Amino acid sequence: MTQEISIQTADFSLADEVTLLEKDNAIDGAVVTFTGRVRNNNEGKEVTSLTLEHYPGMTEKSLAKIITEAKERWCIGRVKVIHRVGELFLGDQIVFVGVTSKHRQDAFAANEFIMDYLKVQAPFWKKEASKEGVNWLEAKTSDENKAAKW
Amino acid sequence: MINVVFFAALREQLDCSELLINDDNLKTVADLKTHLANKNDQWQHVFANSALLTAVNHDMVNNDHSIKSGDEVAFFPPVTGG
Repeated sequence: MTQEISIQTADFSLADEVTLLEKDNAIDGAVVTFTGRVRNNNEGKEVTSLTLEHYPGMTEKSLAKIITEAKERWCIGRVKVIHRVGELFLGDQIVFVGVTSKHRQDAFAANEFIMDYLKVQAPFWKKEASKEGVNWLEAKTSDENKAAKW
Repeated sequence: MINVVFFAALREQLDCSELLINDDNLKTVADLKTHLANKNDQWQHVFANSALLTAVNHDMVNNDHSIKSGDEVAFFPPVTGG
């Protein structure tokens, strides 16, 4: 089995990841993927790039914990989480979550759960560069609320 | 010996990414925070922030969590990945 978690500076290919989730996996009829990208605007500021920092060791441990919890809550097959670190530019892919399951409900729910928990528990931090300068992003209460609903 | 590490905005505010502390009197995360805050005004200011998160050996913990020699204690701001 391939690694479920990858923290990397390199880009990833959605097509390649889907191929890996589906390869020799006729048992699962559903594949749900999410890709997060760098957008050009954040709270009114024109963003030019993001720099992602993380806490090596803890990041992998916290993501593994989130994946385990998803597997305890839903009947899911394969899971893949990729998160990029380093400097990223407009339109660049930041994060990928892929989940397979026999039926779609479980894959949809588990995918959203993993993303919502990643947002509030995995030790990543974004530093944003815009025309107004460089600043660390503040955590959002709305993200806390999304995670709390599970 | 406790290995203390800092991340993101916190690391920049303190201008420090890693610190070794050798003090057997520090029994909890709260003790360690008080000890670090006493360094100077800037550290005092940073550790007065209640939103600060703490991890011991890669697990998120509260202020009353006990610490011992050999532990890695990390302090960082609320996370903003994804």
